[in-house]
Amino acid sequence: MRTVLRAMARNRGALGGAIFLALVLALAAFAHVLFPQSPWDMAGAPFTPPGQDGFLLGTDSLGRDVAAGIAYGARVSLLIGAVSTLAALAIGVGLGALAGYAGGLIDDALMRVTEFFQTIPSFILAVVLVAIFSPSLASIVGAIAIVSWPPVARVVRAEFRTLRAREFVQAAEVQGRSRASIVCREILPNALPPIVVLASLMVASAILLESALSFLGLGDPNLMSWGFIIGAGRSVIQLAWWVSVFPGIAIFLTVLALNLLGEGLGEALDPRLRQGTRL
Amino acid sequence: MQDGITRRQALAAGGLAALGLMRVAEAEAAGIAPKRGGLLQSVITPEPPILILGVNQQAPTLEVGSKIYQGLLEFSETLEPKPLLAKSWEISADKTRYTFHLQPGVLWHDGEKFTADDVIFSIMQFNMTLAPRARAVFASIKSATAPDPMTVVLTLAQPFEPFLLMFDVTATPMMPKHIYDGTDYRTNPHNQTPIGTGPFQLDHWQRGSFIRLKRFEKYWKPGQPYLDGIVYRVIPDSQSRALALQTGQIALTSGNDIEPFDIPRFRAMPTLAIETKGWEMFSPLAWLELNNRVKPLDDVRVRQAISHAIDRKFIAERLWFGTAKPATSPIASTTRYHDPAAHLQDYDPKKAMALLDEAGLKPGAGGVRFTLRHLELPYGEVWTRLSEYIRAALGKIGIALTMESTDPGGWASRMSNWNYDTTINYLYQFGDPTLGVERSYVSSNIKKVVFTNTEGYSNPEVDALFAKARVAPDTASRRKDFYAVQKLLIEQVPVVWLIELTFPTIHKKTLHDVITLGTGVQGCFDDVFLA
Repeated sequence: MRTVLRAMARNRGALGGAIFLALVLALAAFAHVLFPQSPWDMAGAPFTPPGQDGFLLGTDSLGRDVAAGIAYGARVSLLIGAVSTLAALAIGVGLGALAGYAGGLIDDALMRVTEFFQTIPSFILAVVLVAIFSPSLASIVGAIAIVSWPPVARVVRAEFRTLRAREFVQAAEVQGRSRASIVCREILPNALPPIVVLASLMVASAILLESALSFLGLGDPNLMSWGFIIGAGRSVIQLAWWVSVFPGIAIFLTVLALNLLGEGLGEALDPRLRQGTRL
Repeated sequence: MQDGITRRQALAAGGLAALGLMRVAEAEAAGIAPKRGGLLQSVITPEPPILILGVNQQAPTLEVGSKIYQGLLEFSETLEPKPLLAKSWEISADKTRYTFHLQPGVLWHDGEKFTADDVIFSIMQFNMTLAPRARAVFASIKSATAPDPMTVVLTLAQPFEPFLLMFDVTATPMMPKHIYDGTDYRTNPHNQTPIGTGPFQLDHWQRGSFIRLKRFEKYWKPGQPYLDGIVYRVIPDSQSRALALQTGQIALTSGNDIEPFDIPRFRAMPTLAIETKGWEMFSPLAWLELNNRVKPLDDVRVRQAISHAIDRKFIAERLWFGTAKPATSPIASTTRYHDPAAHLQDYDPKKAMALLDEAGLKPGAGGVRFTLRHLELPYGEVWTRLSEYIRAALGKIGIALTMESTDPGGWASRMSNWNYDTTINYLYQFGDPTLGVERSYVSSNIKKVVFTNTEGYSNPEVDALFAKARVAPDTASRRKDFYAVQKLLIEQVPVVWLIELTFPTIHKKTLHDVITLGTGVQGCFDDVFLA
């Protein structure tokens, strides 16, 4: 573990990504301290440019503070990113582990199901799901989880298939340990590194998916998210560029930070890419 | 304008045809003579499913169909009737017999003659079968006869003062009897090739791309129409439409073609004219609908408080960029019998809070007095912004709104099942309170159908006033009743009226006489010209 952290610290990109994410987390955690009013409140005159009247990032068409929107939006984006990734992991790891460990007919059946989901364009499926179940936090998290589990399932299945054939697993089987114990205590911990890397990238894509849904007006109408601010500001971009640009930068930097972090993790966890480190 | 009928009779006898000539004379005086020729490029959003009026009465169908079909009358911006297929008309002293004298020499697009038989067929059968709005009014016609091929006499069971308003093409288009009689109007094979009496006939319809109309050479007004044809292009994306207008590819947009937020930039373009007139016949009025069955919305003080909490000027200027006007009454200012002295609750959040306190609704945790569900109107962005504004405005007086969004089908179904606390709604008024206002407030119209009295407001006094005004034969007594009902409704706040909508018509300044009627772009365009 310590070697992993040390490897990460040496990777400047990953370090920068981690620091930026920590800042975003802090912004989300202290949004109500920094901006005591609700982000939906009309705090000032509509279309106040950035820097005027005490509005650091300006106001939108209803006079809502864009900076407050970004702070509260960080909560929504991070929450949806994290929760939908956890949900996708639960589905993907469960199905992947079952397919990879059981093999045979079960494997075939589960992989066909996975392929079925992979052949549908994921964004369109998400749009349809949210539209059917009407936009709310739960339906958005559910839709993102449903479109993002298949890659997890495939990675986990592949790991399980290779690990299953290894001697320590066979030894555990010979000892007569239960299947559940073998899966949870022998195989899963060894399959974890690629899952961790994949998960950090999935958080990034979940944030992008949520932003895209909100941009199209399919976000939860009670939550101020980054995609919503961009979508609402798009139409007045010729009058007030700042409404769309600042949340756009927020999404861009957060997703970039998550990708850098994921890449750094991947390198740190992969012995072949770890250079100059004792194994 | 409100003492219409009596003046109408006098004017009708005198003949109003001179008006058309006057307009041309005015234009000539201004140095712009009508010029023949030129193709008008416009846009239609969304693409209509069919062009047969009556079978479909949606705005896009009306916009294109009104060039192909015509009504007996058309209406000025002050809703005065003007002759069209009827060159003059008389009303009997007891206001129950209407005699229309038809324009001679009118031909259908297939060359057949237009006669009184077509008129009676259109009123008593075609529109009676297809259009619920026409059926409600025409059901009281006792007899419809044609003493000669150029005269139609309609006798009513009782006086109905707004009767003439029903003869605009948007309410009762004239349809060819020789094509539709005895067939299923909805599935008639000729529905693909509309046959009307209008100045333009269908030339080519490339579905998903454009509808092209060409001049009807045997149109009954000599020398007209001036335009060679009209092309309605189908451009589904609003930004692409705005671009087409900006680059001059299209010369005319209307309705929802251009979003309100794009208006300021077109206002700055010297080659374009923006008109908000031409919606007087419809006068759409938008309101915050309150489900009167839901507590505490059943308390009139709460409804008044909500009305006090909303800044209508902000909505009109900031959300609609000045293309809407703050509402002042349940009867829009461009509808007949609007009381110019009427005014709604002033914007006064302090008073709103005092009223809520008085109703016993004290603020609880976080300053929230009570929570309501708000169903957003899924008609595009500006309506979503309006809902957000209302949530913020009501939040300030301690009413929390939980937003719910849905698609148009879902909205209509929730409305017709009364499954909402608050929502946004807007309705056409059709020129007269009896035709377009009464339906939203009388208890006999509390139905599980959209655009009825879905809010469930019930007041015997209001019912009685609307009922009296419906059958009153003279304008003076109708005005008295409608002024009284406005006062009563404003005090009772069954719904919170917000803004009078106008959909801006934007056209190149080289296009003349576009908006000359209270129906705007739903006029027949026989006098529109490019110069």
